Amino acid sequence: MVKKEKNRITVALTGNPNVGKTTLFNNLTGSNQHIGNWPGVTVEKKEGSRSFKGYDLKVVDLPGAYSLTAHSLDEVISRNFLVDENPDVVVDIVDASNLERNLYLSLQLLEMGVNLVIALNMMDVAKSRGYHIDAGQLSRLLGVPVVPLVASRNQGIDELLETITCVAEGKIHIDRLKFSYGHEMDEEIAKLESAITAGALSQKYTSEWLALKLLEEDEEIVKKFEELKPDGEKVLVVKNNSLAQLARIHRNAAGIVIADARYGFISGLMKDVLKKPAAEKVSISDRIDRIVLNNWLGIPIFAAILFGLFQLIFNLSLPLLNWINGGFGRLSESAAGIAPDWLGSLIADGFIGGVGTVISFVPIISLLYLGLAILEYSGYLTRAAFVMDRLMHRIGLHGRSVVPLVLGLGCSVPAIMAARTIENPKDRLVTIMVTPLISCGARLPIYVLLAGAFFTAYQGLVIFSMYFLGIFLAILFAWLFRKKLIRGESGHFVMELPAYHMPTIRSVLIYTWLHTKAFLRRAGTIIFIAVMLFWLLDYSGVIEPIGRAIAPIFSPAGFGQWQAASALIFGVLAKEVVIGAFGTMFAVGDGALGEAISTQLGWTPLAALAFMAMCLIYIPCVATITTIKRETNSWKWTGFVIGYTLLLAWAVAVLIYQIGSLFIA
Amino acid sequence: MKSMSTTPLSSVSSGKQVHIVSIEAGWGLQRRLTDMGLTPGLKITVIRSQKSGSVVLDVRGSRLALGRGISHKIMVRTPDN
Ligand SMILES: Nc1nc2c(ncn2[C@@H]2O[C@H](COP(=O)(O)OP(=O)(O)OP(=O)(O)O)[C@@H](O)[C@H]2O)c(=O)[nH]1
Repeated sequence: MVKKEKNRITVALTGNPNVGKTTLFNNLTGSNQHIGNWPGVTVEKKEGSRSFKGYDLKVVDLPGAYSLTAHSLDEVISRNFLVDENPDVVVDIVDASNLERNLYLSLQLLEMGVNLVIALNMMDVAKSRGYHIDAGQLSRLLGVPVVPLVASRNQGIDELLETITCVAEGKIHIDRLKFSYGHEMDEEIAKLESAITAGALSQKYTSEWLALKLLEEDEEIVKKFEELKPDGEKVLVVKNNSLAQLARIHRNAAGIVIADARYGFISGLMKDVLKKPAAEKVSISDRIDRIVLNNWLGIPIFAAILFGLFQLIFNLSLPLLNWINGGFGRLSESAAGIAPDWLGSLIADGFIGGVGTVISFVPIISLLYLGLAILEYSGYLTRAAFVMDRLMHRIGLHGRSVVPLVLGLGCSVPAIMAARTIENPKDRLVTIMVTPLISCGARLPIYVLLAGAFFTAYQGLVIFSMYFLGIFLAILFAWLFRKKLIRGESGHFVMELPAYHMPTIRSVLIYTWLHTKAFLRRAGTIIFIAVMLFWLLDYSGVIEPIGRAIAPIFSPAGFGQWQAASALIFGVLAKEVVIGAFGTMFAVGDGALGEAISTQLGWTPLAALAFMAMCLIYIPCVATITTIKRETNSWKWTGFVIGYTLLLAWAVAVLIYQIGSLFIA
Repeated sequence: MKSMSTTPLSSVSSGKQVHIVSIEAGWGLQRRLTDMGLTPGLKITVIRSQKSGSVVLDVRGSRLALGRGISHKIMVRTPDN
């Protein structure tokens, strides 16, 4: 293997979910991170860099995986990266308090023949449970370096970096671990190996690994051989003979026998490496779970946590919001005096009124992400999935659908990407289709503005009702889609409940910062461009006729003015633009904007409520649409989501206005 | 004499230790459970058994949550009686 650049080391981070991979990644790379287009949960490919002793380390964070079989997208991503990019060093992060199960992945990495370093994380948790782990012994038995860590306290990072460079320099040589899968299995593997040897695939993979994967009936690898005519077919014949032979000896499928052999090998290791106290105490995690997973309390606790989060965000951020708006208001007034006229208008209406208004929502958005970070990093979100599984099952979704739906409170884009962890394609599709109905952070500014202007006394309640409406519709439509459109069994619930962890302040802040940054970047790019374009079209009088043409459609919903229709059109670019567009049209900053809407448009509170519902439900923003297309890989379903949300939004807005009018009249 | 009768995992009460006899599921699900550490022959502890039939297990030291749909399909044997 020739390295492309002498001083560059590519390091891949891998490990089971929830072992502290993100924490370690943050420790290693600090703020030198680059996250694809959108900061996802951990499904996105994250890259970072770090210099150490004259080396330039490129660190790639692979999605968390339990195994390297080909049956989940995340695992395939990891595996292909390891094969195609051939990183110099692979760091497998292993949870020391859950060693036995974690080493299963390590063994598979060793089977692949990668340059492995085991990072033994959560040493503090292991110690507090009274576990004694002999890292040196583990290293000797596996033939790879093992570095103990406490990632959350930044302990052991230098030793890890040191080890990584030593492995990259070739100072530590890593042999392929040899262990027996059982006498008969070993024989069949050897047979297959010699059948494979000459093939084209052995350039990338070792033939031993290919043999193993064939016997495990790995879809990806089998397909590769099918495509490899005629050599591949011969190999597949040998494989089928081997499987038939093994079926005569073993009661279980060959894949299970191989897995059993791995686990058996690990249990053997455990005896030499891990000493547990004779009588283990019931761990704190298990004690918390007794309450959190309780038959009666589970769901109420989940609801209370969401409600509490919501309350906290509002009570903390509303005063801040008003304070910032005051500042923008004054700024806007002084800018309006600038000559020439159009420049004054551009700065006051377009820039401060439009973009400034959007930016004033930064505190709310960051607090929202802060809350979501805590829910996610503490390990609670997986409990929520378990507790909700039965309910979700009733509506035809999967317990895991709870995770994207909760994350959807932040932004639909990472939420839809998080749906990747749902294995059943139908469950996943329906989850993706209803996630945009969950009210995201971008829609919040609209509610805050309108509720503040029209429902002074009941602000909080009105905003909450929008969230509730979103959740209600998501559930209703998930159920409808599963009943009528996308029928079939929903998938089984299998999930690890990671031990609870106190999230570190650092990782929570990084998560919050990354998402806030993404919001600011949006404000600086797409929202800025959209609002500026809107200002231009408005200033030159182009927008009004378009708005007027569409406006009558919304008359039955009470907001049939051209301004509302125009704002809605541009809101598809990003929902925040709705507010920016109003700011531009009424030439006022956020402080006076609510009032301007009520006096100049003559809306009743009911019309405002209908408009909020419209903004909540109608067409997801462009970024979300793109994500839906990418994740479903189907224009048909993407188009369907656009269509049904638009119709539903209109219907709900009209219903609110019409039914409400009956009561008020 | 040891009784060899098997029961579905969903009917085992909290705190009991059992041996897995068989997993009566398709290949895909079986393999997923295998990746999470659950293999035939293994001794596990039922940490929580919910009314609904879903369970939380101690599998090789980790906590594995299974929905009722699966816990019905996993046949287990209790060490005695
Ligand atoms: N006590 C302790 N907690 C840790 C340690 N490393 C990480 N944590 C905490 O464990 C939790 C999970 O860590 P993450 O870094 O999010 O784990 P991850 O592997 O990236 O998880 P996914 O994103 O779900 O794949 C966080 O709350 C961390 O603060 C450690 O060494 N000791």
